[in-house]
Amino acid sequence: MNDVFHLETPLSGEDVASLKSGDRVTISGVLYTARDAAHRRLVELIEAGKELPIPVKDQIIYYVGPSPAPPGKVIGAAGPTTSYRMDPYAPRLLELGLKGMIGKGRRSQEVKEAMIKHKAVYMAAIGGAGALMARAIKEVRVVAYDELGPEAIRELKVEKLPVVVVNDIYGNDLYVEGQKQYRIA
Amino acid sequence: MREVSTKRIIAEVRDSAIRANYELGEDVVRAFQDALEYEESPVARDILGQLMENAAIAREERTPICQDTGVAVIFVELGQEVSIVGGDLKSALEEGIRQGYEDGFLRKSVCHPFSRQNTGDNTPIIVHFDVVPGDKLKIWVVPKGGGSENMSQLFMLPPSAGWAGIREKVIDTMEKAGPNPCPPTIVGVGIGGNFEQSALMAKKALLRPLGTKNQDLELAKLEEELLTEINRTGIGPQGLGGRVTSLAVHILMMPCHIASLPLAVNVQCHASRHLEIVL
Repeated sequence: MNDVFHLETPLSGEDVASLKSGDRVTISGVLYTARDAAHRRLVELIEAGKELPIPVKDQIIYYVGPSPAPPGKVIGAAGPTTSYRMDPYAPRLLELGLKGMIGKGRRSQEVKEAMIKHKAVYMAAIGGAGALMARAIKEVRVVAYDELGPEAIRELKVEKLPVVVVNDIYGNDLYVEGQKQYRIA
Repeated sequence: MREVSTKRIIAEVRDSAIRANYELGEDVVRAFQDALEYEESPVARDILGQLMENAAIAREERTPICQDTGVAVIFVELGQEVSIVGGDLKSALEEGIRQGYEDGFLRKSVCHPFSRQNTGDNTPIIVHFDVVPGDKLKIWVVPKGGGSENMSQLFMLPPSAGWAGIREKVIDTMEKAGPNPCPPTIVGVGIGGNFEQSALMAKKALLRPLGTKNQDLELAKLEEELLTEINRTGIGPQGLGGRVTSLAVHILMMPCHIASLPLAVNVQCHASRHLEIVL
């Protein structure tokens, strides 16, 4: 198994270049959440030439719609949602310098090519382990689209959020490689 | 007639919605443990350990296992000697879900198909009624996540396809789903009936506890065969490669039209949540 690396956000070009598919990584710093409806709105703003409510360059977007925070906690369960639904929008954000995406599940060919071109990585968090993931989240602030409820854009301050690098900037894909290794023909 | 009050139904459904989301079934936790026996991939073994840790945290801290606390699917078996008093049954089920999702800090995940505007209280629910002999009211509360539901499929096969055709479609569905439905999954298969009945059977098949055998010995054998085939794909926990892609395959089957061979595959993520209430 590969060693565990640690990353601080925002990401530098060097950080991204050092990551390889299969690396286990912990992340600390600020992440932005966005899923289906927020992505639609962000890309509508880009197309209209308007300013975005969050910084994108060198940042990481986490595909998550958390459950509500109970009293005494900053967030409820907060595991990743399936990423392919963000595929139609992701290349537009990568063009603007987004360096990382966290979710679960395979990406489209178009997104994979955009990651190589714009030097960005895709990382998987453990789907369905929402209670465990929430432990790494220390502060939460809604920054846009509060009316979308779970789909609002939130700024998360995280400490050692555990993820695995799936797609690196060299064209490797852990979903393809991992399955190949264990397939019984 | 035996009377059951809507007040009691509301309270029971509310509590079950919360408990189902906080407490992963013992059968699922045991299945993770059993999976460690034959999982070879170190990454996958790590993941199985984390899923058990997650279940323990959720139970202890009263937090949902998964943030996707689902659309509320409810199965009802209403004994025909039961009389519902104090209101109507469907409204009571809906009110129980509304209260449970609010009071339990569960995510409201239901929206308008086009505008995507959230309905705000996780209603409407999806409810399947069945009237049966007796004086009991049985209710299954089944929160179902979107990620695994999205990978589910229905096929109207020609009868000539037979078992070989069914097998091919089930394996193909799981190959295409890959990492998306949060493996290790549980696969509900409905064979026969008609278009909607096959889908309903596929979902109902998921209610059977893990580790129990199909009472139909022929189907039990076919379930084993499908599970072995799915686990040969190497998809593994979270799709990162491994031996344990699915924990179980459950089949329900019934006769169908002489022209048809309906097949439905309902994919269930490892956060398999369902609670049974008997009133």
